[in-house]
Amino acid sequence: MYHALEDAIRAAESRGTTLAAVALEIEARDQGRPVAEIREALGRALQVMRGAVERGLVGDLRSNSGLVGGDAAKLRTAAAGPLADTVFREVLMRALAVQEVNAAMGVIVAAPTAGGAGVLPGVLLGLATRHAVDEDRLVDALATAGLIGAVVAQRASLSGAEGGCQAETGAAAGMAAGAATEMLGGTPTQVGHAVALAQQGTLGLVCDPLGGLVELPCVFRNATGAAIALAAIEMALAGITFAIPADEVIDTMGEIGRDMDVRYRETAGGGLAQTPTGRRLAKERLTQIRRG
Amino acid sequence: MVSLLDIIGPVMVGPSSSHTAGACRLGRIARDLVAGTPEQALIELHGSFARTGEGHGTDKAIVGGLLGFRPDDERLREALGIMEREGLDFRFEKTTLGDEPAVHPNTVRITVTRQHRQHVMVGASLGAGRIRVSEIDGYPVEVDGSHHAIVLVAEDIRGSIARITGLLSEDGVNIATLRLTRKHRGGDAFMVIEVDDPPADAVLAAIRALEWVRWTHRIEKVGG
Repeated sequence: MYHALEDAIRAAESRGTTLAAVALEIEARDQGRPVAEIREALGRALQVMRGAVERGLVGDLRSNSGLVGGDAAKLRTAAAGPLADTVFREVLMRALAVQEVNAAMGVIVAAPTAGGAGVLPGVLLGLATRHAVDEDRLVDALATAGLIGAVVAQRASLSGAEGGCQAETGAAAGMAAGAATEMLGGTPTQVGHAVALAQQGTLGLVCDPLGGLVELPCVFRNATGAAIALAAIEMALAGITFAIPADEVIDTMGEIGRDMDVRYRETAGGGLAQTPTGRRLAKERLTQIRRG
Repeated sequence: MVSLLDIIGPVMVGPSSSHTAGACRLGRIARDLVAGTPEQALIELHGSFARTGEGHGTDKAIVGGLLGFRPDDERLREALGIMEREGLDFRFEKTTLGDEPAVHPNTVRITVTRQHRQHVMVGASLGAGRIRVSEIDGYPVEVDGSHHAIVLVAEDIRGSIARITGLLSEDGVNIATLRLTRKHRGGDAFMVIEVDDPPADAVLAAIRALEWVRWTHRIEKVGG
């Protein structure tokens, strides 16, 4: 797969095609499989994402420890709020829903990771409620997201233990922003700006889960990550550009991750995990899990 | 090589690709060493696996893997109950297998016993569901589960590799990688042969029938 988003953007622009098309072409070559087979696999991932959204929106799930669950359904039914009846609300509730399913040991697509699994389906399937996008365009969007994630994996990291949450929900926001920008008609160059705009908004974000569990704040980081992605999509499609290219923003994320203290890299040694309330909740809930 | 489908995947039971999906894959590989569900297992958790494993369902995931479940199988949630109902003697212990960075924080040592045969493996979950088995029965190996593999221990005799690769090629099996390690010259050789397609029972039986092969097993592809 491409190591630089810039190379993929240039290839797509020069041939007048999409990033999804060039990504699928390279993947087919790398894996020695026909494009149709890769599209089928992405289509199956899309179905799992839909299933996770539906499951999470029911609202009856609780996480392993009982710390999180049921909040996606509140967004589905609550009348109040400035974003009620907007696509923004559709995105947020789906991002929460998938991550609540994940925390309850339900089936999700780790895209790019389990901890950041809510952002991409939240954004793509949320937007699809108000925009006419068919199955093929959603599959294309997953290919574009995969390309962006592959670039992040090679240049920086997709692991909270290595790079903090900027490498999980941050990377997911970049993937979702780029993928949705293309899905809604943006050019490859606009996709690059969307990725840069989303990723810059998550730089420095630490991974500080209570008790080391993928629950709190992870569920909510997926919702706020999706919100950052939406802001980036809106700006990129309006023609707003970000002066630092996406590849360099991604490199910066990698650099910050390498310099990040180990307390902020999934160890529960700092951040929200070590607040007085965070420590108390983690202790109570872990005891409860041990008792079964 | 990074693949699109590694990024948009795997499909898995939550909550953690390293603590749940990777742990399940390690359990599946231990199961393959005894070619079925072990009657007994000692699961020694190291580092982050020991510290936060319970909250992430690492215990359920490893047991599920030992039972033959895949990372996307919803029965993983119920794996501990299934283990108890089937009367399987699986025990968990917390341990320290060494210091970082030599030993990855998400490492487990699994000792499995079935039909009077016992094997031990050490493996780590590297993140995003990727795994690395670093030791089998005391032999240093490197198995990442991205291929079907044949593992075998043989007497260190001349021509052993040629004989085995010959049997594989006769069966049309294409070899992706082959690694051989031995503890000392003239000592037993441990071979890990990664292949593109699952090897047939017949070819395994033919390898097993060689009098200088002590044991051999097929490890199924678990990801990648």
